[in-house]
Amino acid sequence: MDFRFAPEEEAFRKEVEGFLRKELPSDWEEREGLVDFEEPEGAAFARDFRRRLARQGWLTMAWPKEYGGQAASPMRQLVFREVGSYWGAPGADNSVNQVGPIIIMHGTEEQKKHWLTGISEARWVWAQGYSEPGHGSDLASLETRAVEDGDDFVINGSKIWNGAHGNADMMFLLARTNTEVRKHRGISFFLLDMKTQGITVTKVPMMWGKSRALVTFDDVRLPKANIVGEKDMGWYVGAALLDFERSGVERYGRQKRLVDMLVKYGRETRYDGGTVLDRPGIKRELVDCYIETEALRWVCYNIASLQSQGQVPNKEASICKIFGPELLQRTYRLGLRMLGPLAQLEPGSKWAPLRGRIENGYLDNFGRTVGGGTSEVNRNVIAMRGLGLPRG
Amino acid sequence: MDFGLNEVQKMVQSSAKEFLARECPKSYVRAMEKDEKGFTTELWQKIADVGWLRLPFPEKYGGDGQDFVTLCALLEEVAKACLPGPYLSTVGLCGIPILEFGSEGLKQEHLPKIASGQRIMSLALTEPNGRYDAAGVEMRATQAGAGFDLNGTKILVPYANSADYFVVAARTGAGRDPGVGVTWLVVPAKARGITMTPLRSIAWDRQYEVVFKNVYVGPEGLLGGVGQGGKIVDRVLLLGATASSALILGGIQAALDITVEYLKNRIAFGRPIGSFQALQHHCANMARDVEGARHITYSAAWRIAEGLTAEREVVLAKAFVSAASQRITVLSHQSHGAIGFTTEYDLQLYTRRNKAYEVTFGDVDYCAEKVAELALR
Ligand SMILES: Cc1cc2nc3c(=O)[nH]c(=O)nc-3n(C[C@H](O)[C@H](O)[C@H](O)COP(=O)(O)OP(=O)(O)OC[C@H]3O[C@@H](n4cnc5c(N)ncnc54)[C@H](O)[C@@H]3O)c2cc1C
Repeated sequence: MDFRFAPEEEAFRKEVEGFLRKELPSDWEEREGLVDFEEPEGAAFARDFRRRLARQGWLTMAWPKEYGGQAASPMRQLVFREVGSYWGAPGADNSVNQVGPIIIMHGTEEQKKHWLTGISEARWVWAQGYSEPGHGSDLASLETRAVEDGDDFVINGSKIWNGAHGNADMMFLLARTNTEVRKHRGISFFLLDMKTQGITVTKVPMMWGKSRALVTFDDVRLPKANIVGEKDMGWYVGAALLDFERSGVERYGRQKRLVDMLVKYGRETRYDGGTVLDRPGIKRELVDCYIETEALRWVCYNIASLQSQGQVPNKEASICKIFGPELLQRTYRLGLRMLGPLAQLEPGSKWAPLRGRIENGYLDNFGRTVGGGTSEVNRNVIAMRGLGLPRG
Repeated sequence: MDFGLNEVQKMVQSSAKEFLARECPKSYVRAMEKDEKGFTTELWQKIADVGWLRLPFPEKYGGDGQDFVTLCALLEEVAKACLPGPYLSTVGLCGIPILEFGSEGLKQEHLPKIASGQRIMSLALTEPNGRYDAAGVEMRATQAGAGFDLNGTKILVPYANSADYFVVAARTGAGRDPGVGVTWLVVPAKARGITMTPLRSIAWDRQYEVVFKNVYVGPEGLLGGVGQGGKIVDRVLLLGATASSALILGGIQAALDITVEYLKNRIAFGRPIGSFQALQHHCANMARDVEGARHITYSAAWRIAEGLTAEREVVLAKAFVSAASQRITVLSHQSHGAIGFTTEYDLQLYTRRNKAYEVTFGDVDYCAEKVAELALR
């Protein structure tokens, strides 16, 4: 047992921090947390920044050398992801954290060469095509169809709540390839070029001022080479990806930043002859959030360490998925409590404390206990698959 | 003991429901969220026509003489409909204090016009220090001839862009008690030296910063005695907190109703999601909170209506209701999945408004601290 980072990992942390300080825009402190990476300006910035990280060799450092990695230690990779998320910088995204690992596990040699190399160079922005208007938690009942036709599959149907409006180049998606079998047994996992004819992307405006996308497919042709795993067996590919999505040290990174921000604000802001942090209810809740954040940290590190041993933690991923987002939301609620009536002011408003960052984050992070599987569904996973309780 | 509304109150509530269903559809609410003025004069006039603007004032000022419980019953419906506009501010937070503390001249000047829909008033109490109590009143009012010169900044002034008058708390002096030296003035919005800047609030309503620079107010604008406005601050806080509780009550009731309805119809795993115990428990927990919120809110409103002391009951209610609102917001969204966050779905209308009401006139922590002071001593 050793709950420390190695000295070279600590040194690497400093190096990443130095890089971010130098490479992020000089007014990043003002913009952090408020950039919409799915609108053109933010998307272009994110794309460019991720390419700089790729050139630095950091984006996919833990991957094998032949696929654009550096065979770096997973803990080093973890440090990079943690620091990046703490700074709110674009970094390891769903391509690096989800698509790549899945292709490593399930892809053919050719697919690995092509996709992993491209991902390591931050060549594409990816959207996740899982949910449909009628099917979210019950994903296996999805209706989007993929029918074989010559060298292609032809796709019809729709996907919703994804980030395709953010200039996505590619979508990884689940579609039904067999209607004759039980629902889990007739699904395949595909990689789709978003420039293909027949794709329509419509924005769905959300209450936090950003959007998600509704994507419809009208006879969209997709080459057979773009199926990952066997035909009809994509459910298991897609489910493995979910475990990567549900874990991830970013949950700790962004949580830690918020707690630090609130501690500083509470300490520095006067209230009734003392500071905001002197208010008993506030202090107690902030201390609780601080403690929880430390526990979350180990939960995240443990998953990284299990993954680095080639395991696909399932119960642990779902625990992380309820732990992180629920704590984050609780901390945002506390943040608003620290601001009194000024809590209601939005970014860009005069008198908005902390740039309106808390108000915006409060709304913006609501979806985190839903996206990637709801807290209820993850609790079901923990109870039934993790703890072996009978199905409800 | 009797927890029910009386016949008049029930009638006010049910006719409000009908009126709002007709005149304030969610399409109007959404349009007004983006509108610069934030409400329409047509609807304001209709509200006057149905009598809401005269509801709490005595007949001699053109009013109907209804009590504070009736106003709260109406506000519950107003919140369910997400009615935009300066209704509470004009009638409850400016009109009622003028009725209770104003000179006969001030009452004659303003109340009949409020009652008939010709006058919009906006409460200018909060300052950048973010407090609602007398200690937060820093704006200076200095004697200038028979009147006063006002200097300072007010924020979160609702619908200032449409107001005919501001009801302003200012400081003419100071004492050990922060209530001493507070003076209230009713100031024409067109007075020289007033500038307004829009603020953007989570409720997407119209909130303003209003800066007063050497604004002269004549002696006719005085509300209550010079330096004796501390009790008016307390009263406004009392009314405002209770009214906010009633608004939140309407909002959380609506959130619960929407959720229950959705859960009956959304199918997953071959059955309505409302059949999952996890979600049933979410709903049961929400129902528990709505039930508590309803009775504790009306217990405070009733004390105000009866003229009994209500300080303790009002902060108890606001603390409970605000905390309940936070829980219900989480559970109602959680039960919906992604759809509930979209701007085209109604739930988020309540989410954003309830948060604004929660932090207005004393948030959870302020009220909890007050409870400790008043009840645990
Ligand atoms: C911000 C955000 C980003 C997202 N990004 C993406 C994306 O990029 N790509 C993508 O494909 N999807 C994305 N999603 C969609 C997300 O995966 C779904 O919203 C989620 O899986 C829930 O599905 P649903 O919204 O259809 O809700 P439903 O499945 O209809 O669920 C509604 C309610 O029923 C509950 N429920 C359902 N089944 C059970 C059960 N068996 N037991 C107990 N409770 C149950 C749920 O927990 C929830 O409370 C995103 C969602 C959000 C909010």
